[in-house]
Amino acid sequence: MVRSEYILLIIGMGIVTYVPRWFPLFSLSQRRLPHWFVEWLDLVPVAILGALIFPDLLITADPRRLELFQAKSLVALPTFLFALKTKALPPRVPRCNLCGTGQRVSRPALAALRATSA
Amino acid sequence: MGDTRKSASFIKEGAKAAWPICIGYFPLGLAFGILAQKGGLSLPEIALMSLIVFAGSSQFIAVSMLNSGAAPVSIILTTFMVNLRHVLMSSSLALYLRGSSRKFLIPYAYGVTDESFAVNLTRFRDTDWHPYEALTVNQVANAAWIGSTILGGYGGQFIPAGYLGIDYALSAMFLCLLVFQLRGRIYVLTAILSGCLAISLSLLIPGNAYGVLASFIGATGGFALLKAARRKQFTYGQE
Repeated sequence: MVRSEYILLIIGMGIVTYVPRWFPLFSLSQRRLPHWFVEWLDLVPVAILGALIFPDLLITADPRRLELFQAKSLVALPTFLFALKTKALPPRVPRCNLCGTGQRVSRPALAALRATSA
Repeated sequence: MGDTRKSASFIKEGAKAAWPICIGYFPLGLAFGILAQKGGLSLPEIALMSLIVFAGSSQFIAVSMLNSGAAPVSIILTTFMVNLRHVLMSSSLALYLRGSSRKFLIPYAYGVTDESFAVNLTRFRDTDWHPYEALTVNQVANAAWIGSTILGGYGGQFIPAGYLGIDYALSAMFLCLLVFQLRGRIYVLTAILSGCLAISLSLLIPGNAYGVLASFIGATGGFALLKAARRKQFTYGQE
């Protein structure tokens, strides 16, 4: 059984996921994405994860209160360190010479930069 | 374009390129299925979400937001923000799909994920990768994702609630996703900034809007930091 409110939710999620995937292909954008937009987009996922994780670990539900030391937050520290230690080494990220500053950019962002400034 | 290759060979080559993605998706899909089942989604709902949305991290996020009773609108808004980055990938792919019909692009767009993008873009760039081979990569990966999430959702029924800290598994999953994203100092700073913002906003305003708000301001603040650091480097760093 699929509940009707979930159908709407899933369809809504599907639409907002599909459009960003489809639009640049459809408009066959040769247009360059503005540089600032590429860099801003690159920071969005990490910002969302931060905004999810911190309250999840440190805020109690009902009533909301800041609680630094609770089972979840204490166990999160070893989880984090373990994840950091065991994460498969990502392929070496090439320096971004296009930006002229040599800062690191993620692979998708780099590919996009290359494609748009070629 | 005088291509004499047959569609069977497109499928074979595409599948060959896609199998590493499938291996990566399998444990993630299993985990998603189990956690979604524990979060109260039925098996058909899990399958439908994997079929219609097909975006790993936003599906995990949706389950966690459902658990905390978030409104559908804020879940959809968060999904939009998480998946907006695909604009980058599709823009790069557009370069290689210029010759394709708009009818072909409709199913193709559906399968643009971080993983299929990485596989297809390198092949487009370095070989005479055909759009149909790329489409096969997308669809094989898609099948692996849907299949493994259904398998996980089915298996989840046999794990009793609260067993072995399964309630904590979603938080742990997010920590792992975060660690994958920490590719430099600016990413760490942005995560901390938006995390602190989310904490303060969640205490200040009722409801669940704090997540989207904090992410937006956090990413923008991170970007401002990046700019400021670059300006400083430019002024003092280069003699």
